[in-house]
Amino acid sequence: MTILPKALLIVAALGLAACKNPDRFGAGGAGGADGAGGFGAGGIGMTGLGDPNDPTSIAYFNQAVGDRVLFAVDQSTLSPEARMVLQGQAQWLNANPTYAIIIEGHADEQGTREYNLALGARRASAVQDFLISQGVPQNRMRTVSYGKERPIEVCSDEACYAKNRRAVTVLSMGAGV
Amino acid sequence: MTRNRTLSALLGIAVALLAGVVSPVAAQQGPLRITITDGVIEPLPFAVPGFVPENGAAGEYAANITRVVAADLAGTGLFREIPREAHISTVSNFDAPVAFADWQAINAQALIVGAVGVSGDQIVVKFRLFDVFSGQQMGEGLQFAGTPGTWRRMAHKVADAVYSRITGEGPYFDSRVVYVAESGPKNQRVKRLAVMDYDGANVSYLTDGASIVLAPRFSPTGNQILFTGYESGFPRIYLMDLNSMGVQALAQTEGNMTFSPRFAPDGRTVVFSLERGGNTDIYALDIGSGSVRQLTNSPSIETAPSFSPDGSQIVFESDRSGTQQIYVMPASGGEGQRISNGPGRYGTPVWSPQGDYIAFTKQNAGRFHIGVMRTDGSEERLLTASFLDEGPTWAPNGRVIMFTRESAGAGGQAALFSVDISGRNLRQIPTDGPASDPAWSPLLP
Repeated sequence: MTILPKALLIVAALGLAACKNPDRFGAGGAGGADGAGGFGAGGIGMTGLGDPNDPTSIAYFNQAVGDRVLFAVDQSTLSPEARMVLQGQAQWLNANPTYAIIIEGHADEQGTREYNLALGARRASAVQDFLISQGVPQNRMRTVSYGKERPIEVCSDEACYAKNRRAVTVLSMGAGV
Repeated sequence: MTRNRTLSALLGIAVALLAGVVSPVAAQQGPLRITITDGVIEPLPFAVPGFVPENGAAGEYAANITRVVAADLAGTGLFREIPREAHISTVSNFDAPVAFADWQAINAQALIVGAVGVSGDQIVVKFRLFDVFSGQQMGEGLQFAGTPGTWRRMAHKVADAVYSRITGEGPYFDSRVVYVAESGPKNQRVKRLAVMDYDGANVSYLTDGASIVLAPRFSPTGNQILFTGYESGFPRIYLMDLNSMGVQALAQTEGNMTFSPRFAPDGRTVVFSLERGGNTDIYALDIGSGSVRQLTNSPSIETAPSFSPDGSQIVFESDRSGTQQIYVMPASGGEGQRISNGPGRYGTPVWSPQGDYIAFTKQNAGRFHIGVMRTDGSEERLLTASFLDEGPTWAPNGRVIMFTRESAGAGGQAALFSVDISGRNLRQIPTDGPASDPAWSPLLP
């Protein structure tokens, strides 16, 4: 995968910022929702993206290794191209074992909400399974599906849909997942 | 029956309309000037002169209640209000004899006369419904009492009684809708749970928008809400108590995502989807004991479960055939029987509160539809079509459906719409901003 535009890096940073927010439901939700045991608020911390010229930085992983793979409509099978990217990811992740890994699965907007959540989970899981097969320990990884809730491209054409049908490997410091 | 000859004739028409079967022959038999051409119903003209304020404090309430009663009825598309300016008579005494000739002269078929009294923290609303052309009262007069803050609910109760008496259908105006209020750009949507009256009034927000919330559902008693939230960073089902506003995570299973929750009619069981290793199946949770039972076991996606109103069956969607289709299984689980058979994909099935229909989202040829079918899959009827319609929810009387409609493109936004089950009277529900995932409450007590 070629060097990704700077915009992606910013989006990735925003994604991390959103994740680290220890948000409550507010509006009187106090006695309420439990944080995710050991994996919620704070678990994702403020990891610096680092210098993209540093081959052990998250920025390098995102840009040079490639943090995402794309899927065909309704599919969760990995294309030969996706496998190449994921082999690169696995190599890098095995060489940099301190990062914790969350694999986000996403769908395009052409689908119902629940189905897209399930489809995003399939995609994230397909990536996780492949990374495991390449020697990345399962206990470093966790999957999450956003369904169609977080498109990266906002047009309603196949050009955008193709980029939204994705699984993104998101890194943070601390392998103690 | 005999004393309401004219409105009874109308009743036949209204029921036919709601069932989606319009019979021009039947329309020509009645004495009423109801014209049906090309399947278009002429709504029933009614008059609602201002409710009589019985004391000084009641004036504003009386005017507002009259307005809401008229809006409820006209909003169904089955009734048309004859504007105040056309009235010949005024009503200044709730108990005075009705001057039927004056209402006949302006062709009002139904007349609603009401009065409002306020004393201290109590408001009393009463009304009578008249069949103008037979010169008869229709049903007995009713009186509602409560605190002044509930004046809108009392207006809805009056309109519900009128609607039910004339159409023969169950009431639904006195109900609420929980939904997701949306803001922000498409790639960074902020989503908050909100609840409002069925007509968009009295909005209050239940969450602060810090994390994504999806698809809330009311409990059978209307005082609890299930939803899917990302508060922990991972989708998980939650239960909110609307009285205490307390929120409780349900079915905590580390490493698995849970979503698409819905109550059983008993209010104690929740069905939901649980994802494990990329595969999604349907489970049932007993809220009291916390015990979880697996209902489907298949390598395909099984989600969007919804109980039949008697609690004996569950309708759900599965892509085991290669595309999303609708299946029905016993409440105890199992393989299920496929009921959707047309072209395209079918999802988000919801059993009608009357048990007679299943509403669904259909995708076909690049378009989305809301539709209904019988519980065996027969008599499929599409009610809407657009770039993206999804997620139907039933009004408490099972005759109106609300859903999400989202527009296309970078500036695309979601809004709430309603449509009756004949496919008529498509309307946007007024909300403060973009909105999605509506769920209708049961009728309020």
